[in-house]
Amino acid sequence: MTAFTNIPKQVEEVMEKWNGKTSRRNFLKGSGLLVVSFSAGAMGGASLLSSSASAQGPAVAQAAGPYPDPDFKQLDSWIVIHADSTATFYVGKTDGGQGTGTAFRQMMSEELDIAFDKTSLIMGATDITVDQGGSGGSDAIEVDGWPMRRVAAEARRVLLELASARFGAPVDQLVVSEGVISVKADPAKKASYGELIGGKRFNITLTGNNINATTGVAKLKAVQEHKIVGQSPQRYDIPAKVDGSLKWAVDAKAPGMVHARNVRPPVAGAKLVSIDESSVRGIPGFIKVVSKGNYVAVVCEREEQAIRASRQLKVNWQKPATPSFPTSENLFEYMRTATPTSVVQSRTQTPDVMGNPDAALASAAKVVEAEYDFPFQGHTAFGPAHAMADPSDGQMTIWSNDMKAYGLRTGVAEFLGMPRDRVRVIWQEGPQLYGRTAADDAGFEAAYLAKEIGRPVRVQWMRHEETAWDVKGPAFAFNLRGGLDAQGNVVALEYKARTADYNHIGYNEPNTVLIAQLMGRRPKGPAPGGAANPAELYVIPNRRRTSEVVAMPLVWESPLRVGNLRDPNGPQITFAAESFFDELAAAAKADPVEFRLRHLTASTDDGEEFLRARSIAVVKAAAAAYGWDNRPSPKPLGTGKILTGRGFSYCYRSETLVAEIAEVEVNRETGHVWVKRLVCAHDCGLVINPEGLRRVIQGNLLHGLSRVLHEEVQFDTEKVTSVDWLTHPTLTHADAPARIDIVLVNGDPNPNRPDLPPYGAGEAACKPTGAAVANAIFDATGVRIRRAPLRAKRVLEALQAARV
Amino acid sequence: MSNITLKVNGRTHTLDIDPSTPLLYILRNDLGLQGPHFGCGLGQCGACTVIIKGAAVRSCITPTSAVRGSEITTLEGLAQDGKLHPVQQAWIDEQVPQCGFCQNGQIMNAKVLLDRNPNPTDAEVREWMDRTLCRCMTYYSIQAAIKRAAKVIAAARPAAGKEVVA
Repeated sequence: MTAFTNIPKQVEEVMEKWNGKTSRRNFLKGSGLLVVSFSAGAMGGASLLSSSASAQGPAVAQAAGPYPDPDFKQLDSWIVIHADSTATFYVGKTDGGQGTGTAFRQMMSEELDIAFDKTSLIMGATDITVDQGGSGGSDAIEVDGWPMRRVAAEARRVLLELASARFGAPVDQLVVSEGVISVKADPAKKASYGELIGGKRFNITLTGNNINATTGVAKLKAVQEHKIVGQSPQRYDIPAKVDGSLKWAVDAKAPGMVHARNVRPPVAGAKLVSIDESSVRGIPGFIKVVSKGNYVAVVCEREEQAIRASRQLKVNWQKPATPSFPTSENLFEYMRTATPTSVVQSRTQTPDVMGNPDAALASAAKVVEAEYDFPFQGHTAFGPAHAMADPSDGQMTIWSNDMKAYGLRTGVAEFLGMPRDRVRVIWQEGPQLYGRTAADDAGFEAAYLAKEIGRPVRVQWMRHEETAWDVKGPAFAFNLRGGLDAQGNVVALEYKARTADYNHIGYNEPNTVLIAQLMGRRPKGPAPGGAANPAELYVIPNRRRTSEVVAMPLVWESPLRVGNLRDPNGPQITFAAESFFDELAAAAKADPVEFRLRHLTASTDDGEEFLRARSIAVVKAAAAAYGWDNRPSPKPLGTGKILTGRGFSYCYRSETLVAEIAEVEVNRETGHVWVKRLVCAHDCGLVINPEGLRRVIQGNLLHGLSRVLHEEVQFDTEKVTSVDWLTHPTLTHADAPARIDIVLVNGDPNPNRPDLPPYGAGEAACKPTGAAVANAIFDATGVRIRRAPLRAKRVLEALQAARV
Repeated sequence: MSNITLKVNGRTHTLDIDPSTPLLYILRNDLGLQGPHFGCGLGQCGACTVIIKGAAVRSCITPTSAVRGSEITTLEGLAQDGKLHPVQQAWIDEQVPQCGFCQNGQIMNAKVLLDRNPNPTDAEVREWMDRTLCRCMTYYSIQAAIKRAAKVIAAARPAAGKEVVA
């Protein structure tokens, strides 16, 4: 096998430290800790599945590939204690840059009772870390943190048992402090973790029907005992990111590696007719044009040669006979008039129809109606998709920043028809993920090309390719109606949403990643797509909520392919729902915060008391942090060039509550909007690392701001026309607020409510920002803008139309 | 192909390459200097920034032939005698990066800003940094880190003696 030259530094260090001769995998194999699984198809159809459970028998072991799965039911798969009393944790996650790796180390160090700086962490290497699915859904701490904590507590329990036997003292007569166990009555009797088990295996079998349920018999610490959780150690990954020493997935190299670039259809849905290879044969270093179906790539010895070849290759394409989609300008009209492909079934606990909304609207003292539009938005990852794959010796190793590295491994194995245990993925850091790398197009492409060429291949998408062809967050069109009674209370609310979410692509599926689509592979049918309801808890007696999915004319091989973009519907839905609730407040001539609190504190028995009480707390905390004065919006129109205003918005995501306030300056001559100040009150339960959390929230706030101010995928009827940072703009330094205040309502670190578990924080705060900004613009100008993004041109046109 | 001599981070290299190749690919693939990143290849995002003759240069659109003989500094060359540059240290102290993929551009551009303007106003920081993008949206932390670094650099400068008003 190729000598791998690009094992992540932290993995390499651990392997060296752990055992100079034995690899991590051999360590696990020696103790029977690897579970071997088989792909029946790849084994010639022989039914080996029934005998697969574990690698015990010699015949089975012989058939096994080099990368069986680590067994999550073995404590040794999670934790290794070294002779020097340091520990290495192995978890099945990836860190998208939000510091979850540091939080994992904190939680596991806490339960193991070892100093944070005596630990290290390995993530996302599929052959040496258990499969926790990688990243996604803001579940790193909320869901995956639990088995990590429990296995660390179990390791501590076993170490106490070992010390008990060594000292002849019962466990309850022992104390643990930072990796040293001593006898209470005789502190001279003490042993470090390294002395007790360093370099040896625990050989403890855990229980649990699935990896999330993995547990030993030890109990977790009470929150009041936490010494490391709730503190803010600096992120361990940052120094290597500022001194240039980190090896990223883009840095992966292997001996004999060559470079590939894709050649995409010039318009959506085009069919490949012919390729004139002679157009690139003269380029130095040219190796091959690879094509299958409508997938085309060029492979060259050097990167700049591959770029040149991809630009120079002459390909004859046949355009489709009919338009692939409406233009982006006509998108919302198309969505409102299209026949829906499905009605989304609500996943919320409350029913979609409550009371009698039609009757309540008919008898309301005042009815407000509005349409809101939110466009397709791209991930537009800062670094375009990339991966490197090495096909040596009948195995496949892929270096990737895939947030779901485990899914990539399974998907590639199926795509290439290889046994899973001959495929591994080594996750390495990459540009922000937010759902983009859950469908790792480049990982599949690198593996495919490596197999075709027989050499390690590095694939790198170009900017125009990424911005045009990446996975998109779905567009939404909303029709909203609300009824107020004579006292200005909302008595009816009708919410209708249509989302262009048809054929929503899944996670690393071998028939929906872009290369598979272009090659003509198809699943049984397109994924029906989905949506969510507004995530608020206002008490409104009569409601109707309907969400429908509509399809674009071109379903497959489309650059408007939809997938998960951070949340993935919340920014769109909350923009409409919380803007409209502000419209109702304005119609009732009520202060926006008072109006929200009035509808959160009203009497109801819907069983949501706890989430509603926490909603009230964040709404009040945000208002207090801002210094909110009670008055209706809009404020009296200013006379100067710059108009100022403030806007409020609130929502929840799962169990996490967020309230935000934006303060804006609107230039009435140019339409330019500057969000001068942002306030966010945030409750995600137990906080693991407050400083880390604040920065994650900050990133969320500004991502939401970027989406509402700037971002929109633009297209004509045959192709995406927003293809770089000029045509698909993003937030810049000039847009950054002068002041951001973040209030962790749950406290630092949650001294008042130790009963709350940790909830997810990776996405919630990006949801309400858009509406807070739109509401602030309304407060400043009296003009309601109902279509995102709120670029200067759109704002100026709205101001001029309203003669502001 | 032709021989080109490059001076990078104090070392001299002679390479047999196509001289029109953007400097970025030579740094990353031939010299193993992977601090500068590919972000757009269009000079729009700043991920590939290096410092040449005191200027922040976007290496993804700079032909290697244009910089032959010039002293080139990459992110790996900022630290002196094993000590991080104050800008790098400020990035750690402020815990700036999220994913960190853009931070080469942020750090290199901030370094050039402070070399030219040791005490920039908020508006000057925004203006100078505006074309250096971040998709994790760490702008607020970056601007705080630049102010922190400016203070540290001023305090270390013997002639300065005055407190910097940020």
